[in-house]
Amino acid sequence: MIIDTTEVQTINSFPTSESLKEVYGLIWIFVPILTLIIGITIGVLVIVWLEREISAAIQQRIGPEYAGPFGILQALADGTKLLFKEDLLPSRGDARLFSIGPSIVVISILLSYLVIPFGYRLVLADLSIGVSLWIAISSIAPIGLLMSGYGSNNKYSFSGGLRAVAQSISYEIPLTLCVLSISLLSNSSSTVDIVEAQSKYGFLGWNLWRQPIGFIVFIVSSLAECERLPFDLPEAEEELVAGYQTEYSGIRFGLFYLASYLNLLVSSLFVTVLYLGGWNFSIPYISVPELFGIKKIAGVFGMTIGIFITLAKAYLFLFISITTRWTLPRMRMDQLLNLGWKFLLPISLGNLLLTTSSQLVSL
Amino acid sequence: MTVSATKKDFMIVNMGPHHPSMHGVLRLIVTLDGEDVIDCEPILGYLHRGMEKIAENRTIIQYLPYVTRWDYLATMFTEAITVNAPEQLENVQVPKRASYIRVIMLELSRIASHLLWLGPFMADIGAQTPFFYILRERELIYDLFEAATGMRMMHNYFRIGGVAADLPYGWIDKCLDFCDYFLAGIAEYQKLITRNPIFLERVEGVGIIGGEEAINWGLSGPMLRASGIQWDLRQIDNYECYNEFDWEVQWQKEGDSLARYLVRIGEMRESIKIIQQALEGIPGGPYENLEVRRFDRAKNSEWNAFEYKFISKKPSPNFELSKQELYVRVEAPKGELGIFLIGDNSVFPWRWKIRPPGFINLQILPQLVKRMKLADIMTILGSIDIIMGEVDR
Repeated sequence: MIIDTTEVQTINSFPTSESLKEVYGLIWIFVPILTLIIGITIGVLVIVWLEREISAAIQQRIGPEYAGPFGILQALADGTKLLFKEDLLPSRGDARLFSIGPSIVVISILLSYLVIPFGYRLVLADLSIGVSLWIAISSIAPIGLLMSGYGSNNKYSFSGGLRAVAQSISYEIPLTLCVLSISLLSNSSSTVDIVEAQSKYGFLGWNLWRQPIGFIVFIVSSLAECERLPFDLPEAEEELVAGYQTEYSGIRFGLFYLASYLNLLVSSLFVTVLYLGGWNFSIPYISVPELFGIKKIAGVFGMTIGIFITLAKAYLFLFISITTRWTLPRMRMDQLLNLGWKFLLPISLGNLLLTTSSQLVSL
Repeated sequence: MTVSATKKDFMIVNMGPHHPSMHGVLRLIVTLDGEDVIDCEPILGYLHRGMEKIAENRTIIQYLPYVTRWDYLATMFTEAITVNAPEQLENVQVPKRASYIRVIMLELSRIASHLLWLGPFMADIGAQTPFFYILRERELIYDLFEAATGMRMMHNYFRIGGVAADLPYGWIDKCLDFCDYFLAGIAEYQKLITRNPIFLERVEGVGIIGGEEAINWGLSGPMLRASGIQWDLRQIDNYECYNEFDWEVQWQKEGDSLARYLVRIGEMRESIKIIQQALEGIPGGPYENLEVRRFDRAKNSEWNAFEYKFISKKPSPNFELSKQELYVRVEAPKGELGIFLIGDNSVFPWRWKIRPPGFINLQILPQLVKRMKLADIMTILGSIDIIMGEVDR
């Protein structure tokens, strides 16, 4: 994780030569990134396992149980299998677009993890534009979907890609407006500041209570952005076989699969950061280090607790989205677009108006 | 020379015989304009097995195993019509007990068929979970069938003049337990599905058929009853002993997919009512009681009378069909299943024409999907409730 520059300079008292110092600095850039990537990958594996276990419980069956204890290695087994599959290219498709499509989707979603805070200093890039970076970069993903759909030389994929793009751009505006309302409340777009603004009264200080309408609009829009049921028409099995993923096999299909869950994880983390108070302990008036009487290693302990709390809240939201997926039917394309443009957009605009007026009144 | 850049070409998509959703091997060639459907052409015949031709070379008892392969989800109905045809041709009397057993089996089969219609219908709309719930209930029905007939699905149970064997010990109690359990199950489906706003949006106003139109197209079954016409062959024809039970014809007025859904759910409930009444009123009661009563062989016991048998005289393997022609029909869960039989004074029929409800009901599909969205094709196809085994025969 990023460490304050002063601390870096004190630690850097060891190496004496300049080049060593540069190497050291370089390593210190890559270690946090690698740690985050490993963390996210493990997080995605956990989500895959959770999805299969929860869906099995809802459907009155048992999920995976043979690959590792309780089936926790099932996602790894699936990924390994996909690695070994034959890599197909449609003969008359556009090979370059076909190959690059999934990569663009994954890269844009991975870049969004830069601004998620797991603790006060535990963020890769504490930018002042924070959440807007997420919205801007995740808007690149539909381009990747369109490239995959077009490059597959397949009518189903093309239809699926078009639908995916239409859906994504419809739900970005309500998403942005909700985020804008939050930024208004916390006087900043930086994710760290947003969490800090919610830290005062435990869980009563969550933005959830100050922005209830925004919360609901945000959840619906982020489910639509992730293309999860009830909004998963681009990959509806019954109508379009598998939509834009039809012609993909092997690890490229694995990339789509991965991108879907990465998107879900980043959306859940953003819900935590924006509405559920981030890394704060959230039981009011109790400060964790004092509770355990540990003052000396309060730093590391506090950081760990912060990470755990963020993850716990994110996974709580994930449970809700997984249960929603297996309970509700799917919306038709025009009903979906209607919901985005004619229902959520005015509501989120109204929400923004309310927030603005309340800020003006309180000033 | 120059083609206008804005000239639109319709996209022709083939929703091929292999389909991720369980509609059997139906091929649809759909002409699309973006998201709207311009035309849809169904291509059948992928499951044609020559059932009608085979019937011309089999006696009835030899042909019975074939008939369950028409509509493999509501198998008792196909067997019922196969034995009803010769029975009515040759005027064979069916004992009352056998008739009650037949009614119970038919209504259980109706419930099973409607359940397995509901699962793929919901899966097409996107909710994959009810599929597992219906299979759970269908397994219970399979258990009941296996105990009585020996097979879970392809029972070879009906015979000319009755059924092949009487009900086993304790079957009636188990069936009553199932009825109680299933009423709670239907309530669960109502809670989960019927008032779900996403479901209602997908299904309401989709695929509307008017009453006149339904009669003109020759539709039958829930499709007809959902368009406002109260036509139920169990009431009109009074076959078996349906007039001894207290039940109502389920019908709706709107004619859209939601109406068809409600009709089928209502029919499941009415079937449970019929089954419960039949189980309580079956002549002779549970088989174990009947058997005990028959042990008193000294007196010419009334319990050996014709009404308490499960089959009239066991038909000979050379059961001859006289040279007449006859059309019989039953109210299958999918519609009116009929057989037109021309006998030939021999053991083999001269012509065995099957009127499958799915085939006739499927004709209306191209008209219904015009001007609908692509996603509605699956909803409408699901609400018609076809099964390719009987469409193609």
